[in-house]
Amino acid sequence: MILPDLSPLWLTLELATVTTVILLALGTPLAWWLAQTRTRVKPVIEAITALPLVLPPTVLGFYLLILFSPKSTLGGWWVDMTGSTLTFSFAGLVVASVLYSLPFTVQPLQSAFEAMGRAPLEAASTLRAGPLDRFLTVAAPICGRGFLTAAVLSFAHTLGEFGVVLMVGGNIPGETKVISIAIYERVETIDYAAAHVLSGIMLALSFAVLLLVYTLNRRFPVHL
Amino acid sequence: MLSVDISHSFPGFDLRVSHSFGAGLTAIFGKSGSGKSTLLRILAGLEPHSTGTVQMNGTVWQGSGTFLPPHKRGVGYVFQDARLFPHLTVAGNLRYAEKRAPQPGPSMAQVVQDFDLSPLLARYPGRLSGGEKQRVAIARALLSAPRILLMDEPLAALDATRKAEILPYLERLRDRGDIPMLYVSHSLSEVARLAADIVVLDAGRILRAGQTADVLSDPAAVPDLGVREAGAVLRAKVAAHHADGLTELAVSAGALFLPRISAAVGTDLRIRIPAQDVMLSLTRPEGISALNILPATVTAVHRGDGPGVAVALLSGSDRLLARITRRSADALGLVPGTACHAVLKSVAVSHADVGA
Repeated sequence: MILPDLSPLWLTLELATVTTVILLALGTPLAWWLAQTRTRVKPVIEAITALPLVLPPTVLGFYLLILFSPKSTLGGWWVDMTGSTLTFSFAGLVVASVLYSLPFTVQPLQSAFEAMGRAPLEAASTLRAGPLDRFLTVAAPICGRGFLTAAVLSFAHTLGEFGVVLMVGGNIPGETKVISIAIYERVETIDYAAAHVLSGIMLALSFAVLLLVYTLNRRFPVHL
Repeated sequence: MLSVDISHSFPGFDLRVSHSFGAGLTAIFGKSGSGKSTLLRILAGLEPHSTGTVQMNGTVWQGSGTFLPPHKRGVGYVFQDARLFPHLTVAGNLRYAEKRAPQPGPSMAQVVQDFDLSPLLARYPGRLSGGEKQRVAIARALLSAPRILLMDEPLAALDATRKAEILPYLERLRDRGDIPMLYVSHSLSEVARLAADIVVLDAGRILRAGQTADVLSDPAAVPDLGVREAGAVLRAKVAAHHADGLTELAVSAGALFLPRISAAVGTDLRIRIPAQDVMLSLTRPEGISALNILPATVTAVHRGDGPGVAVALLSGSDRLLARITRRSADALGLVPGTACHAVLKSVAVSHADVGA
């Protein structure tokens, strides 16, 4: 058996890792705010955050394609700043993936924060812990499972991305050709052997990730 | 000294309180929904939408454009539900407070010893009983070296046995007297046992405030405290232990006999006599099973709207309170100055806050 070109696999893992890191950085404050706020616009923000769950990826991809175009404000600004376009680039894929996987970060975190409630934070504040201290030493450990779920779901969801990537990224080897696109391309060219290998790798990888999560979840200390 | 002059409104509720809390243990007493817990939360800084001023020893915590957040106030707060951190062991919970306390803080070893926590240190809160949780919660609050200790019904969720387990710890804490304490409760027996001062709260307003002994023996306060809860608190000294299992207590007007109390002769005790457990008789009753009968003089008769009246009595130098029916009061012709005998059907005992 000849191993097909594995660069789409590495690209996919890189994309999923970068996306997950960015999502945790952006999604945590958003989820925190959603869990605490009593503003009337909360349902609006929640609905916008959840949109990628229901929207066909091609619709999201289509709007992003327009937004990323060098003729648009954002796309033009990006070209001015970096000298390259957002469309058909790895950076564009990262932005698209962050939007596409946003609900998979925000929702588990928001429910974890809501389940924790304000009580432990109030207790910490009367023990002289400031806001950041409270978050790091009380909220984060109590919501550990929420963070694990958010990270894994975002990572896994980005691995399986296809429609959005096809729309904004195209099929540039080493830049935007992720594994789902590569498999599609092999099938189109009737190279079933390579499609088998790549699909098998994805299957094994996805299973391994989920197995790791469920194992960790069982071991994760919960002393409630 | 903690001075407050605050108001806080939310739909269906309006709290307005102006008061200065002194040293020692002050009870904040009231029915559920009277605003006790809200008042405590405002003092701790947990209600940022409250208005007015809160000052601790001259430092403004709240008011005129200032709002100090809870972590800068240095209040120790014991919540009704303990609120231990579930991801930390008992030792971890205690260290959490110790690490953030201003140095030099209270000694961890001392607090662990005071609250008998060494067998619990390695356990997680999920493995503690309700009483153990509250002991840890109180110890944790003390380790943060608070300027004032706020306790929000720390015993309310516990059964009588567990309560009896914790009360001695609270009494010792109060007797050391190194930190002012506010103690929210809806149990007058706890208040009578623990508090030197009391603030009675109802529907967001202070009804009465003063020394516990004065408020509890004031017949006019009976409706505010609740008919079933009212009762005088007085001091007694253990006079003798008798062979038949009774302990003799000396009060100013004579002797009381109670089932054996495990306290040495000479110990000062604080006893509480519920108003509804006091019967009155114009002549000294004969042929009655009650052991405890004290001579007394009526000082006031307070008639409310209901069928009951509250009668204030002076027995020796002690004040008593009796709750009887209006019909009986009329039949006996009770007016201030009437000499009578008080028949005590029950007496609750606790160690006095001084000299115990």
